Amino acid sequence: MSSLYVARNPRVAARSLDGEMMIMSGRDSMLFTLNKTATILWQAADGATPLELIVQQKICTEFEVEPGEALRDAETVARDLASHGILQISEEPIVRGDSK
Amino acid sequence: MSGLLEQMTEKALARNIPISVQLDLTYRCNERCVHCYLDHEDHGEMTTAEIKHLLDEMADAGVFILTLSGGEIFLRKDFFEILEYARFERQFCVKLKTNALMIREREAARIRDIGVESIQISIYSDRPEVHDAITLVPGSLQRSLAAARFLKSQGLRVIFANVLMVQNLQDYQGVRALAEELGVECTLDPTITPMMDGDRSVLSLGVDQDALRQVFRDQALVGDVDEFCTIAAPADENALSALPCSAGHTACYVSPYGDVFPCVQFPLPTGNVRKERFLDIWRHSERMNEVRSIRLKHLTTCTSCSHVGSCTRCPGLAFMEGNMRGPSSQDCEKSFARTGIPSANMLAKKQAPANLVQIRVVSASSATQPSAAIA
Repeated sequence: MSSLYVARNPRVAARSLDGEMMIMSGRDSMLFTLNKTATILWQAADGATPLELIVQQKICTEFEVEPGEALRDAETVARDLASHGILQISEEPIVRGDSK
Repeated sequence: MSGLLEQMTEKALARNIPISVQLDLTYRCNERCVHCYLDHEDHGEMTTAEIKHLLDEMADAGVFILTLSGGEIFLRKDFFEILEYARFERQFCVKLKTNALMIREREAARIRDIGVESIQISIYSDRPEVHDAITLVPGSLQRSLAAARFLKSQGLRVIFANVLMVQNLQDYQGVRALAEELGVECTLDPTITPMMDGDRSVLSLGVDQDALRQVFRDQALVGDVDEFCTIAAPADENALSALPCSAGHTACYVSPYGDVFPCVQFPLPTGNVRKERFLDIWRHSERMNEVRSIRLKHLTTCTSCSHVGSCTRCPGLAFMEGNMRGPSSQDCEKSFARTGIPSANMLAKKQAPANLVQIRVVSASSATQPSAAIA
């Protein structure tokens, strides 16, 4: 199982608009929108659930996609969001993922 | 507005979501600006708990951009508690409007830690004697600028908001230079808003046509002057079907007492969040829906005006003049100053005295007295 953990960065501004997440980076006020898959990933990113489990439970059950491919895509998305300061990623559970 | 935000706003419009709300936390203020439209007495502000509950309702309704304003927001002892709740518990994108008098290094650092999109500070002049004479607080320019420096040093986005008035007409370039020197942004607005109680005497502080013309031809402000001042092509059916502005469509305003209005500059009460849910007011208020139903083609006078497609007409200012479907004279003045072409409203007003004389009824008994209207 992938040991990658993901957590929402509490410093961003975020709102769901018709199933798509609108996110403004706290670092540079850049605005992003996430598609439905990335939104599911974002919403499930509690810092405690491994990314692989999120993909299995939330994405593969929602979309017809091969689990390995879905996980690779999810890791790419997670790293991309992390590069913008929107998500935090770690090899360990992120205890303070969604707190102050 | 960025392309992405514009797209999201269009989406919000299609789904009747109030994506942007200004919430005034208080009308109390530690300045007494000569042009201010507010009554600074506290008539029963919402409590911390009421505001947090409102923030919950607004987040659930889809509000994303939350502007916290006043009055002076830092006069609320619970300001940081509210800000932290808005950011950390409900993930709003928060903008602040303040005079910054109460912001020092500690407050600036705390704002940075919490994270806001921008802090707008009212700066009326680069000269203390002019700025302080507007705010009626000695030393206020120096304190506001010190705060701007603290905020800037924390890496925060600072915007100077300048209102153009008779008193500071000569100073807007100085404010811009000051903003540039500090590395902050700067806006200039020639609009003076009537007092909330309807008193329009404050409008006498507004600048005249000559001054507006000068400002609208300042390349540093408007960019391409020819393009800015050009007369727009006649509005077609598409243009006439457009919305007058975002008020009541994707944006609204909530007062410190919980009253909901289409906009801070549109004092039409549509409900109170102490009595109804925010979303119920937004969706079901008859008045909100009336505002929402208006398109440019429904406007009186303006539909026949050559500026209708390019005018900055404010429905709230029009409402304060007596008719939300009518013209906003301040914007007529702006269109005139920009293009040299008088608006339909201005032309109609010019004809008014002649009409008055024409319809004057003179009774037989007073026919020999001099006419006051003509005299």
